[in-house]
Amino acid sequence: MSARLWSLLRRDLGLLLLGGRRGGTVLPVLFFLAVAMLFPFAVGPDATLLARTGGGVIWVAALLAAILPLDRLVEPDIELGFFDQWALRGISEEWIIAVRVLAHWLSFGPPLMLASLPAAALLGLDGATLRTVELGLLAGTPGLAALGIIVAALTAGLRGGAALAGLLVIPLAVPLLIFGAGSLTTGGESGLALTAAVSLVLLAVAPFAAGAAIRSARN
Amino acid sequence: MQDCSIAAHDLACRRGDRLLFQGLSLTLQPGEALQVAGANGIGKSSLIRILAGLLRPFAGRVERKGVVGLIDERPALDPHQPLGPALAFWRGIDSTGKDASARLGLADLLDVPVRFLSTGQRKRAAFARLIGQDAPIWLLDEPLNGLDVDAARLVEAIATEHCNADGICIVASHQPFALPAMRRLELLDFAA
Repeated sequence: MSARLWSLLRRDLGLLLLGGRRGGTVLPVLFFLAVAMLFPFAVGPDATLLARTGGGVIWVAALLAAILPLDRLVEPDIELGFFDQWALRGISEEWIIAVRVLAHWLSFGPPLMLASLPAAALLGLDGATLRTVELGLLAGTPGLAALGIIVAALTAGLRGGAALAGLLVIPLAVPLLIFGAGSLTTGGESGLALTAAVSLVLLAVAPFAAGAAIRSARN
Repeated sequence: MQDCSIAAHDLACRRGDRLLFQGLSLTLQPGEALQVAGANGIGKSSLIRILAGLLRPFAGRVERKGVVGLIDERPALDPHQPLGPALAFWRGIDSTGKDASARLGLADLLDVPVRFLSTGQRKRAAFARLIGQDAPIWLLDEPLNGLDVDAARLVEAIATEHCNADGICIVASHQPFALPAMRRLELLDFAA
């Protein structure tokens, strides 16, 4: 089984990482940087205002960037017949989804954390805020990845599924946003801990919710 | 080939509010073959998917002993990948070490991306995947679609070999499929 999961992970990473066909990395990172760049243009060059709101902007940008690759996470493999062939070989949807959540997170979580460095410079964040933002993203992006996969599986095959997926993710990601961005104002560890807790819940639920969605879509 | 059998008891299938068939039973032992025939839209593909365990029957049950290999209209190969790596992915999953690409005349196509292959070439690639899977029960949904005459004869020969090696072969097709000692199951139009 572990050799099979390794094969799956290699395929997923090949598809999702930099240069992959379902390119989960380049577009979200560019989008994220574009938002960080646009924001100072919109609110003006007030350094204190930017520094105060910048952390929240990074969080909103990260959430929106996570929506971009949703329609390519699950649906193509259903249409191409991959999920059916895996099911015949006794590889459960839960394992496939667990592997895919990991691959999806690797394709956008760490890149967004890296892109936060130039974004923080554009918004004029200080070192302490940047540190909280980075820790918050480390705690929050796994949850965003899990949530993205759940919603992608639920909306796979629906008409207008891509737009619907974006609309579904936004309200469900609100807890992550509140705790993640909230940790900036309180500056405390409790916000980070709650972000991580929400992420853990989403990670635990994702394989079963998405797996059930894929199975029921067959009927 | 490992011991295998497939049996369906009193199957009924409903798609939407249309009853496609009901009271359908069949049993196949090692080495046996069955062709499911009938007009378009009569439920052949649904029956194949029910037998594969991918679709829940409206009533009845299916008993399977042995792994199922399925060929349908979707080859389950990454369109952007060259055929070689795309097939190698499934060899990695199945880890039987069987490489049938040369037998199916795909040796010259291994560096061509799957999306550039014709329908028939993709179908042959799907058969290479099926042989590599080494499953005792073969469910073939319209296996001859898109194949030229030579390739169709080759596929029939491969299916015959599979049955001679005590495998089970169920073919859903409106076209004639030459397989010795194949039984025939005609799906009738229920709605009529």
